Amino acid sequence: MNDIGDRSTLAIETRGLTKRYDDTLAVDNLDLKVAQGEVFGLLGPNGSGKTTTILMMLGLTEPTDGQVRVLDFDPARQPLSVKSRVGYLPDQIGFYDDLTARQNLTYIAKLNGIRRSDYEQRITDALERVGLGDNADQPVKTFSRGMRQRLGVADLLIKRPAIMIMDEPTLGLDPEAARDFLNVIRGFKEEGITILLSSHLLYQVQAVCDRVGLFHRGRMMLEGSVRELAQHVLGGGYRVLVGARGPADALEQALAALPHALTVEHNQNGTYVVAADEDIRTQAARAVIQAGGELVSLSMEEPNLDDVYATYFREVEHERTS
Amino acid sequence: MSAQAEPIRVKREGSPFTGLWAVVGKDMADHLTSARMRILDALILITALGTVYVATENLRQAADDRFLFLKLFTTGQGAVPAFVGFLGILVPLVAISLAFDAVNGEFNQRTLARVLSQPIYRDALLLGKFLAGLFTLALVMTAIFLLIMGLGILRLGIPPTGEEVARIILFLIATIFYGGVWLALALVFSTISRQPATAALASLSVWLFFLIFWGILTSLVAQSLRPVRIGMLEEVIRQAELAIGLARVSPNTLFVEITVGLLQPATRSFGMILPSQLSGALLGAPLPLGQSVQLIWPQLTALIAETILLFALAYVLFQRQEIRA
Repeated sequence: MNDIGDRSTLAIETRGLTKRYDDTLAVDNLDLKVAQGEVFGLLGPNGSGKTTTILMMLGLTEPTDGQVRVLDFDPARQPLSVKSRVGYLPDQIGFYDDLTARQNLTYIAKLNGIRRSDYEQRITDALERVGLGDNADQPVKTFSRGMRQRLGVADLLIKRPAIMIMDEPTLGLDPEAARDFLNVIRGFKEEGITILLSSHLLYQVQAVCDRVGLFHRGRMMLEGSVRELAQHVLGGGYRVLVGARGPADALEQALAALPHALTVEHNQNGTYVVAADEDIRTQAARAVIQAGGELVSLSMEEPNLDDVYATYFREVEHERTS
Repeated sequence: MSAQAEPIRVKREGSPFTGLWAVVGKDMADHLTSARMRILDALILITALGTVYVATENLRQAADDRFLFLKLFTTGQGAVPAFVGFLGILVPLVAISLAFDAVNGEFNQRTLARVLSQPIYRDALLLGKFLAGLFTLALVMTAIFLLIMGLGILRLGIPPTGEEVARIILFLIATIFYGGVWLALALVFSTISRQPATAALASLSVWLFFLIFWGILTSLVAQSLRPVRIGMLEEVIRQAELAIGLARVSPNTLFVEITVGLLQPATRSFGMILPSQLSGALLGAPLPLGQSVQLIWPQLTALIAETILLFALAYVLFQRQEIRA
């Protein structure tokens, strides 16, 4: 499923990464590769080990076993090199409420050892970029949830990171703020920044991630593009909805005979649902006409991670309980 | 990445003090602008003004004393204790209030993960917080001491002598380290407890324990461990020595002894004095500065040692703490 190149292009790599808290296994033998410039989504329910994995990548928690390389540094031994190149947006981001946005960022700039002559401009630029230019000198306690999140992004920009790690970045944002946030992430991607984000909000991950990894109980169960995952779990990445009138059996056979078609379902309302691993709308339309049917409507559902997620974990739970 | 284990590098990369001064600067600015500090500053200021007023009123009648300025600190009247008496209480209070929410405050504000994901070690954060508290304390105390000296010059009409200034500076340093003990203690509790209120109460409890109960406890322990059975002088001495030794575990005792040793130059010993030790001594004559410093040296080093031990404990606890809730 993954065709990532050699290690020089890897931003993050883990091998057999394991973290045990007392008797619970938070992360279990994780192998993960994230290429440079890639947007990778860690998906999974709460408590599935996403945050622990992230903390180990930053050297903020020591692995029980296994190895992590971030930009070919070992976070446990070279934490300063890692942390000066990796920006981290924690899931519940906090600021010093009595300080202004600019003062909060100044502190971060100083911790990064950036000189005053450099950081003043960087802070102004970062605040402008996230749309907080007018609020730079207001205390953070007056900020809304969305503004705090944007300030968190400005905070990442200060150190000009090669990698950004975001833990549940859209949690608690209203839909509009979440959409804006995803656009910001796309902007970073265009700049070539590697992004690792964790979420349990699937449609958002789907909107920005090149590849995703599905976490469950500390293990990565599946890995690949959203489409690959959909194929694997749902049996097809595309669902072509063909509304047609005509001989039902003939139509069903014609559709099922199409190359790339995997299954065909005939609904009561006269719609045929074709699961396929490619976009076969044109072929389906032709097949309906050729089979003597009448095409009423034709549409396609994009592979939806929500379905992947629901189906996959239903299966997993089912296997576990049976 | 190679599959084989890398040779274990004993040394960590970089300096543990990277970012230290950024932390110190930020936390000191926080302390100096906080409402909490302003209240305490006002309290200390009122205390200093009140006690100096009382002291100068008394000292005007005895203006021929050699160590008049030292008496500014140690003279009280009736219901008003001397300034050093207040210091023994105010310094722990200020120190604890500076540090009881140092670590758990960052945790509760959810800034800890964000700060520690910057290229610094945890060492820098904890030491920075301790130093910021210590420097704040030093700043406040220095200002108050200078104020007292200034008022003394104004009201007594004479300047302090060089020896008086030297003794007061040494006493100031001792006061700051006395604060350092409580600062480190509050830091330990702020690392252990996620609730700042719990950390503050725990720190204050320890302080009250040493202030009130430790003295009672030491004499009880000394009596049970080294009872006076026959009534020989040797037995009495051994018991008293144990009691004094135990009492000196308390930073309060150490601070009182340093105060007495530095500000009352006639002090020759803090324990028992046997007649044989007094042969040739001019009773009541002040010791030279060097002798007084020798006298309080063990107490001062003990205070510093307690500070370092408590800080080390906070350090170990903080290093092992998980960042996540």
